[in-house]
Amino acid sequence: MTTSDLIALSPELIVTVLALLVLVLDLFLPPERKAWLSRISLLGLLAALVANALIHEPNPQAWQGMLASDAISGYFNFVMLLIAALSLMLSSDYLQRQGLERGEYYALLLTSTLGAMLMGSSADLLMVFLGLETLSIPLYILSGFARGQSRSQEASLKYFLLGAFSSAVFLYGIALVYGATGTTNLAALSQQLGTMSASPLLLAGAGLLLVGLGFKAAAVPFHTWAPDVYEGAPTSVTAFMAVMAKAGAFGALLRVFMLALPQQSQLASDWGLLVGVLAALTMILGNFVALVQLDLKRMMAYSSIAHAGYLLVAVAVSAAGGETAGLATSSLLFYLLAYTFMTLGAFGVLLLLERQGENLALNDLAGLALRHPLASAAMALFMISMAGLPPTAGFFAKFYVFSAALSAGNLGLVLALIGVLTSVVSVYYYLRVVYYLYMRPAAVERPIYASSSWATAALVIAALGVLVLGILPAPVFAWTQQALALVLP
Amino acid sequence: MIPSIDYLLLSAALFSIGAAGALLRRNALIVFISIELMLNAVNLSFVAFARQLGDMTGQVYVFFVLVVAAAEVVVGLAIIVSIYRTRASVDVDDADNLRG
Repeated sequence: MTTSDLIALSPELIVTVLALLVLVLDLFLPPERKAWLSRISLLGLLAALVANALIHEPNPQAWQGMLASDAISGYFNFVMLLIAALSLMLSSDYLQRQGLERGEYYALLLTSTLGAMLMGSSADLLMVFLGLETLSIPLYILSGFARGQSRSQEASLKYFLLGAFSSAVFLYGIALVYGATGTTNLAALSQQLGTMSASPLLLAGAGLLLVGLGFKAAAVPFHTWAPDVYEGAPTSVTAFMAVMAKAGAFGALLRVFMLALPQQSQLASDWGLLVGVLAALTMILGNFVALVQLDLKRMMAYSSIAHAGYLLVAVAVSAAGGETAGLATSSLLFYLLAYTFMTLGAFGVLLLLERQGENLALNDLAGLALRHPLASAAMALFMISMAGLPPTAGFFAKFYVFSAALSAGNLGLVLALIGVLTSVVSVYYYLRVVYYLYMRPAAVERPIYASSSWATAALVIAALGVLVLGILPAPVFAWTQQALALVLP
Repeated sequence: MIPSIDYLLLSAALFSIGAAGALLRRNALIVFISIELMLNAVNLSFVAFARQLGDMTGQVYVFFVLVVAAAEVVVGLAIIVSIYRTRASVDVDDADNLRG
């Protein structure tokens, strides 16, 4: 352990200390003061963001080759801390209204954030596994956080059983890769695979790794848990999980598939094709099934599956190597940030509208624009962004992913085509929400919009993020291109 | 000396049994036990590969997996107990409120 190791790990360390601190403070705070925990967590996340911004020296093999501290981990840490901060701002008042405010919520949310951060900066398959578990185990508990509701319990059980199953599959993948190559360090792996030919053991291992991470990212055909869990979990947890689990899973996919496995070889075209097929299935199924959903949380679940498909396109085409891999990496990073803003924003509006123990259906939004014009405008903005229409973040996110795909030969061309066509399909169900908001007369004077200053601030940040990324994407895209130096030798 | 491949085949068989149990059985506890079997099958693989490669990394992995599995047991059993308290059943087919 050296000073440079500690510096490389400083954002994660701050989050760890913060989670423990919140857990201890919870014991001493009277029930009516629990909101302090949320403020303390926010302050701590801010400190972690500052620490993350101050890391300048890249350290690709920190902690004896366990963690990588580089441009990519810096970006992932930024996105994940942002997700945690926005989720905290959105959830505090919601938890009070639903009678769910307990101190463990904040500690679990922070622990889960820590896991995702470790996944994004892992330099060893062992670290990916530990990060995956640190991300998932708190999420199992959080999705069952409304203990009294049988829906929440059921979501927790389903998520736990399928999540534990997928972790075991992922672990077997690590074992096979270790057996085939004798190492689990990602840098050493990439060096070895450059010289040796692909063995069946290695192919099976890589396939199992893909299955494990596909579960977390909710890629078809491993998506079955997502709609049920999203629907049953408390909405603030759904919002957090939808974004954080995806960011963590794609952080790991980027580290393992885009950076460690070789590009431009037989093995590369094999896994590229495999991921490409998953991406195509995910885009098609996610978007088409979302068309018929009337429960808004369920619709958002299928929409998040569809977005996982677009993100997988970036992973698949990076197998082509060279400049395409660089473009694909930047576009994946950009997409994750855009996805963070629009998904948390959309869930944020739903959170404020939700009544005790009941999910919102599409009908509940009818005529909302007359009563709550600002909230409706924000929701409309997020929906337009999800559909990928300009001038929003979602448009450029898809634009960058598809332009990376178009430079990747036939596979990329097919994927970009499917992507564009399914995006057109998605416009229907996203704009249907806008139609209900603005053009349907209200049947009942429900639901009541429960405004709170923290949640409003989070919505403003999300809306600004969507607009800034949609109007001025270049600075952020330039930032994501710093990652290029790592991909292109 | 028993060759490493035997251990690997045993581990693959155990993993398959565990996976089949996790996917086919309906009792949440049995599903959970099957998942534990999968994890332990992987541990056997790690140790066998470590012996074959003459490398300690695989053995160290087993400790990490044991700790993670223990954490999963704690959370998993708590979830199953809380389900049992409200429904008096741990059959995964009974958990069907959420569908669409």
